[in-house]
Amino acid sequence: MSEQSPSAAHDFIGKEYAAGFVTDIEQETIPPGLDEAVITEISKRKNEPAWLLDWRLDAYRRWLDMPEPTWARVDYEPIDYQAISYFAAPSGDKPKSLDEVDPELLRTYEKLGIPLHEQELLAGVERDPDAPRVAVDAVFDSVSVATTFQEELREHGVIFCSFSEAVENHPELVRAYLGSVVPQSDNYFAALNSAVFSDGSFVYVPKGVRCPMELSTYFRINAQNTGQFERTLIIADEGSYVSYLEGCTAPMRDENQLHAAVVELVALEDASIKYSTVQNWYPGDADGNGGIYNFVTKRGVCRGANSHISWTQVETGSAITWKYPSVILRGDNSVGEFYSVAITNNHQQADTGSKMTHIGRNTSSTIISKGISAGNSSNAYRGRVRMNPGAKKARNFTQCDSLLIGSDCAAHTFPTIESQRDDAIVEHEATTSKVSEDQLFLCRQRGIDAEKAVAMIVNGFCKEVLRELPMEFAVEASKLLEVSLEGAVG
Amino acid sequence: MKLLELRGLVASVDEKQILNGIDLTVNAGEVHAIMGPNGSGKSTLSNVLAGRDGYSVTTGDMELMGAPVNGMSVEDRALSGLFLGFQHPIEIPGVTNMEFLKVAIDSHRISVGEEEMNTRDFMVQVREISKRLELSTEFLKRFVNVGFSGGEKKRNEILQLMLLQPKLAFLDETDSGLDVDALQVVARGINEFRSDDNGVVLVTHYQRLLNYVNVDFVHIMVNGAIVKSGDAQLAHEVETQGYAGLGEA
Repeated sequence: MSEQSPSAAHDFIGKEYAAGFVTDIEQETIPPGLDEAVITEISKRKNEPAWLLDWRLDAYRRWLDMPEPTWARVDYEPIDYQAISYFAAPSGDKPKSLDEVDPELLRTYEKLGIPLHEQELLAGVERDPDAPRVAVDAVFDSVSVATTFQEELREHGVIFCSFSEAVENHPELVRAYLGSVVPQSDNYFAALNSAVFSDGSFVYVPKGVRCPMELSTYFRINAQNTGQFERTLIIADEGSYVSYLEGCTAPMRDENQLHAAVVELVALEDASIKYSTVQNWYPGDADGNGGIYNFVTKRGVCRGANSHISWTQVETGSAITWKYPSVILRGDNSVGEFYSVAITNNHQQADTGSKMTHIGRNTSSTIISKGISAGNSSNAYRGRVRMNPGAKKARNFTQCDSLLIGSDCAAHTFPTIESQRDDAIVEHEATTSKVSEDQLFLCRQRGIDAEKAVAMIVNGFCKEVLRELPMEFAVEASKLLEVSLEGAVG
Repeated sequence: MKLLELRGLVASVDEKQILNGIDLTVNAGEVHAIMGPNGSGKSTLSNVLAGRDGYSVTTGDMELMGAPVNGMSVEDRALSGLFLGFQHPIEIPGVTNMEFLKVAIDSHRISVGEEEMNTRDFMVQVREISKRLELSTEFLKRFVNVGFSGGEKKRNEILQLMLLQPKLAFLDETDSGLDVDALQVVARGINEFRSDDNGVVLVTHYQRLLNYVNVDFVHIMVNGAIVKSGDAQLAHEVETQGYAGLGEA
C-alpha cells in the first residue's frame, strides 16, 4: 500500500467510536471475585429456584477443573478472573413498565439509536404504517431494563422476555432447554457463563406461529471492571418462524473487559430461526489499549425434520473475537447456514468461523465467511464440517474469502472436514485478495476519497453476507464497516 | 481559459527522472494529441498530473484550471475537473459499474455543495449515455471492468468521461487494443464530449484515432520532452517518417 499524503491521512483522524460514552447512573455491584458465595449471591438476587443454583454451582465446579483454551490464533495477557465483578445492575427494583425506567437509561438507548418507546416506533419513519417494527429487550450490564411490545407478542402466543423473567414465569421451558444445546462443560467460557450468567433474552414461538415482528436484544456494557455474561435461549416450536437480531456496544475504557455469552437455539420440526448479529463492542484504541474480549459460544440445533437455522454476523468491534456460531443438523432435511463478515483494524484480533455437524439424512449447510483485515490486525477463519455416519447424502458448501488492506495485517484460514460418508458432498472454496493501490487510484481519480473507496470495495466484498441481514440492519452494518475502517488507508 | 499549464516540468518515478522539462498549455475548446514511442514518458505525464503516489515533481510549475496543484490530493485534482482515461482500466470485484458511477458522480456533486443525484435521474442519464456508446444495460450491473473485453473497458472509460463532464480529459492510449468499430464508438464519444468549455488531450501511439477526432495541436514526445509541436499535419509526418527522424528535430 502506498503512502497517503499527510493532509489526507489527517482527515481520517478525529472520528471515533460513537458508542463510547459512559452512562452516569447509580449501580449495585457485587464486588470483584469469583467463588461459590458469589454465585449463590447472584442466584439469590435473581430469586432463582434451587435447581438453577445447583445447575450454576455444578458448572462452576466443572469450570475450576478446565484449562483455558489456547488453540485460537489470538494473543492476550492472562485474565484475572478474581479481578472481575460478575454482577452490576442499575439500583432499585426492576421497572414494571417502560414509564418506570430511569430516564437516564432511556437517554442512553436513545443516543445509541435504539428505540425503547413503542409509540415512537409505531409512528415509524415518515409515519408509514407498514414500516417494520422491532421489539427490543435492552440488557444493561447484568440485567434487562426493558422489553418492548411484550403484550402484542403475547397475543400471538410469542414469549419474548428477559431470561430472569423466563426463569420466573416459564420455568418448565427454561428447565427443559437450558444447556440442551450448549452443555455446562462444553468449553471453558461456556462453563464460566453457566456459573455466573446474569441476564439475556428468552424467546418461545409456539407451533405454527410466524412471529409478527423482528425481535432484538441490545446489549450494553456500562460499568467498569465488570464482565457481561448473558444467556440467550430461543425455541421455535413446530412450523414456527422467528427472526432475531442482536446488537452490542460498550464505553471506551483503557482496561479490557470480558464478555462471555452463551446463545442456544432450538428449532423443532419445520421451524425456522434467523439469528443476526451486529457486534460493535469497543475495539480498543489505535494502539491496542482496552477493548472487549468477546468469547462467545453460539450454537443451534435443528432438532426436527425440515428445520432451518441461519446465523448472520457482522463483527466489527471487540479487541478479541472468539466465536463459532454452529448448527447441529439432527433432523432429516434440515438446513444450517452461517454468513459472516469479520473486520479487524488496528490491533484487533478475530478467530471466528462455524461448525456444521450433519447427523440427519439429506441435511445441508452453507458457510460464507468474509474476513477483512487492516492495520496490524489478525483475522482467522476456523471451521469444522462433520458428516456423521447417518448423514446420508449430506451436503456442505464453504466459501472463505479474505481481503487485506495494507501490508501489516494477517489473514488465516483453518478449515477442517471430517466425513464418514462416501455420498457426502463437501465443497470448499477460498480466496485471498488485497485492496490494491491501482484500485484506490482509479477511485480517487474519479473523485472518490480513499476511505470511501475502501468502504465501497469492502461493501462489495461483503455483499453476499450483508444481503442476509434484515433491511434496517443492513444499512447500519454498512455504515459500521465504513467507521471501522477509518484510518485503514494511510 | 487555461485548463492546463506546464512550465519546465521535471518529474521522477521512484527517484528516476523520467520527464525532462515539459512545456504545455491547453486552453478550453482545444484538443491536443501527444504522440511518442514507448517509454517516452507519456504515461508518466498523466500520472504526475493526477498526483499519483510515487510520482514526484522535482522542478517546474504545474497548474490545473488556473491554480497551482502543489500538495493537492488525487481526489481534489479530480474534483477540480481533471479526468484521466486509463490505458489499462483496473478491475474492482464486488462493486457494480452502476454503484461505482453513482458514488463517483455524487462525490463530484457533494464537492460543489450539491445534493446526491436522484437515483432515477441518474439511471436515466447513465442508460442514455450507455446507449450512445452501444453498451447494454446488463453491462451496468457487472462488476467494474471484471470480465470486460478490451473494447468494453475503453468504452467504460468514455462512459465515465461523459457522465462526470470534467474540464480537462487526459486520455492515455484510449485507442489501444480497439478494433475499428470500437475505435469509432470511442471517437464518437470524445467528439460528443468536446466543447468550447473543456479541453481534451489524447495520448497515443498511433495516428489512427486522429482519423476520427480532429485535433488542434500535435506534440511529439521523446525521452521525456516535447521535441516538436504542430497541427494535425504533424501526425501524418509521424506516420510516414516515424519518431526517430523527428526526435532530432
